[in-house]
Amino acid sequence: MDLYLSEQNHGAAHSRLNGPIPREQVMREIAAPIISEAVAQLCIDANYHLGEDVLTALKEGLAKEESPTGRAILEQIIENAGIARQGEFPMCQDTGFAIFFVELGQEVIITGKTLEEAITEGVRKGYGEGFLRKSIVSDPLQRVNTKDNTPPVIWIETKPGKDLKITVAPKGGGSENMSEVAMLTPSDGAEGVKNFVVDKVRRAGSNPCPPIVVGVGIGGTFEKVAWLAKKSLLRPVGDRHPDPFYAAMELELLDRINKLGIGPQGLGGRVTALDVHVEVFPCHIASLPASVNIQCHAARHKSIVI
Amino acid sequence: MADMIRISTPLTDAVVKTLHTGDSVLITGVIYTARDSAHKRLVDLLDAGQPLPIDLAGQLVYYVGPSPARPGKPIGSAGPTTSSRMNTYAPRLLAIGSKGMIGKGEMNAKVAEALQAHCGVYMVAVGGAAALIAKSIKANEIVAWPELGAEAIAKLTVVDFPAIVAQDCHGGNIYQEGIAKYGIK
Repeated sequence: MDLYLSEQNHGAAHSRLNGPIPREQVMREIAAPIISEAVAQLCIDANYHLGEDVLTALKEGLAKEESPTGRAILEQIIENAGIARQGEFPMCQDTGFAIFFVELGQEVIITGKTLEEAITEGVRKGYGEGFLRKSIVSDPLQRVNTKDNTPPVIWIETKPGKDLKITVAPKGGGSENMSEVAMLTPSDGAEGVKNFVVDKVRRAGSNPCPPIVVGVGIGGTFEKVAWLAKKSLLRPVGDRHPDPFYAAMELELLDRINKLGIGPQGLGGRVTALDVHVEVFPCHIASLPASVNIQCHAARHKSIVI
Repeated sequence: MADMIRISTPLTDAVVKTLHTGDSVLITGVIYTARDSAHKRLVDLLDAGQPLPIDLAGQLVYYVGPSPARPGKPIGSAGPTTSSRMNTYAPRLLAIGSKGMIGKGEMNAKVAEALQAHCGVYMVAVGGAAALIAKSIKANEIVAWPELGAEAIAKLTVVDFPAIVAQDCHGGNIYQEGIAKYGIK
């Protein structure tokens, strides 16, 4: 299955001198069932095993929280993660829309099915075998459940090389509903973006299951900015943007959000957000798109490199 | 955390009146599940003057769509869903004798009015503590509309189901009180 190119066959010069290199020596083939199997396991892992980054942040929040009710809630959430880890009950009954971020090495060939079909089959298998909830309706208005949690949402980026990296981020409906895109104007500037983000979190209030992780997109276009906010949620809680300007903005937003007083589950307290992640992209001279994608405390994502 | 208050369903007005925002309660008895689709059907039946498939007098409605039960378990994970989506429906069910709801997140002013008018209580379970909550659910029987899957109406038998009073029959609202107490200008 793993046909890596050997060193002596490498390079186009060789190809021109000695005839074409057989495709399987240039490209790495991955059979669709291998992808489906890996995706099924990822979906299950993501729903039963809360990441250590989130658990650590919850425990830090427990130490900081001043509200007795807030502390009791954080204790329940931490205890819940422990129960889920035993493998019988997923951490939340809303096991989410299965969202995938795929990094596809350009020297990879998928055989047997398309990559999308292979991932979809994995979702079907994982949500079935993992006793995960089937939360997808086939049509937004006629609303008939597809009964296998398909289709997933799949974003594919190409990368150099022969690896296939698949990340699943099951996303619950409650927090997703509290998300928004704003087409600001350049004169609104950083202050305008920050005010939009904090106001969105304030209006979302108790609904997205705080403590939350706040994904922020800035720049790009109408659709790109929403994608940026979603992508930012894949970063570990506690991770800072590499650009000091945006790292400072993340911390300022976190501070302002935690002064809102919304607290765990919105019942009042200090710990409203565990983190804020900002992702940016170049944009048009006329535009300043901004977006907020809110993630509940069940900040689930798991990755595998095949 | 304050002492836990134990209550049993069906609830009486007298018990509901003792509950105040911020109270931690442990619920024992029967609760009925319903969320978006089931509520639409219930209210459609009320509009048509038809009988409901369940008797809600004195009962609590739990906004939940559980994950599938593993063999030998009564239910899968079963945390609350966002209650505000039921804002338009909740006053209708309170008006016919339901004593309240369990969900997550603030409900609107119309619901608050209905809680006062009909002596009801809105309680929250911790959203996302679904595995922990499932441990308090001892039996689960689908009693209406199985075709709705996770949205079907189920009769749950619970023992010490953990909840917090969020909006009470006296006009109390923990969300507004919490932000007033912990918000920093």
